[in-house]
Amino acid sequence: MAYIDHSDDLPALTGGARVEDYFELLKPRVMSLVVFTAFVGLLLAPGGINPIIGAISILCIAVGAGASGALNMWYDADIDRVMSRTANRPIPAGRIERDHALALGLVLSAFSVLLLGLAANWLAAGLLAFTIFFYAVIYTMWLKRSTPQNIVIGGAAGAFPPMIGWAAVTGTVSLESCLLFLIIFLWTPPHFWALALYKQSDYGAAGIPMLPNVAGEAATKVQILLYSLILVATTLVPSFIGFGGLIYTVVASVTGASFIWLAWRLFRTRDDKSMRKAGRSLFTYSLSYLFVIFLAFITDHVATAFGIGL
Amino acid sequence: MTLPSPELNDEQKKRRRRRSIALALLLGGLVLIFYVLTIVKMGPGVFNREL
Repeated sequence: MAYIDHSDDLPALTGGARVEDYFELLKPRVMSLVVFTAFVGLLLAPGGINPIIGAISILCIAVGAGASGALNMWYDADIDRVMSRTANRPIPAGRIERDHALALGLVLSAFSVLLLGLAANWLAAGLLAFTIFFYAVIYTMWLKRSTPQNIVIGGAAGAFPPMIGWAAVTGTVSLESCLLFLIIFLWTPPHFWALALYKQSDYGAAGIPMLPNVAGEAATKVQILLYSLILVATTLVPSFIGFGGLIYTVVASVTGASFIWLAWRLFRTRDDKSMRKAGRSLFTYSLSYLFVIFLAFITDHVATAFGIGL
Repeated sequence: MTLPSPELNDEQKKRRRRRSIALALLLGGLVLIFYVLTIVKMGPGVFNREL
């Protein structure tokens, strides 16, 4: 059973929180990926956007993502304390009080949504509000502690930023922005399950029902391989509908083949040591994979804009 | 009756000061964003009027 006891007192704050501690509540590393994918959505969208409004929109999406990170750390302080990966976060480490994280999360959520609505449009703002709600309430408060499919459904929260960036420019949701959403959505399960395979004792100690703990390692490896195949197939769809050019197609094919190879290698492992090693390799690779795929979209777009589209 | 404030040591005072500066910068940034956004939304025509 997952930890849901929020009543225990935290250690007394000895020096007061540093500014860096508050910034850490916003999960800056996640925020950087959100900024990048939102920027890609904004750049690829047809039509133009005033660069200042575009910059403010990206800032709002980043702050909104940070706000949901703070809300996540507020709610998950009890399980964060148990896991080695998260034990040094500001709340479990006793550097920031939980209530402060909640206040920061709520204020930043409200400001980011309102400002995006005023700057860009209310569809983008609505999508951002839904993303924050989805991550903080649907994923953090509900799915994470109750089902091994937590990150499959919860992955939607991380997949919305390019769609919001696109909506900030066009005021619509289109097939192309849905594809950007789908790529991140399908990337999330193999990415996190690879992590869970070599950190499963952590999740087990915290009582979080990750797939390896609930369904076993063999079933997880099958799921990772299946999701990897669907993911790579999906990344090739833009090439068939004219959304991705030759550069994108080549990059998506090569990096996708490597992704499947690593997933296959993980699937074939028989002992614990090699499974952990292969899991770590896939996890590390998947991070750069997503970055490269989105970078390929930008490269293609810029090449076309300069008349060297292939 | 108000309770006496706890005495802060130098490190705590330094941290409080840095938090105050960060908050001031954030508020200043927000004001700037709203100002620039207003000008961008209204367009160059905002200066084109009779006095």
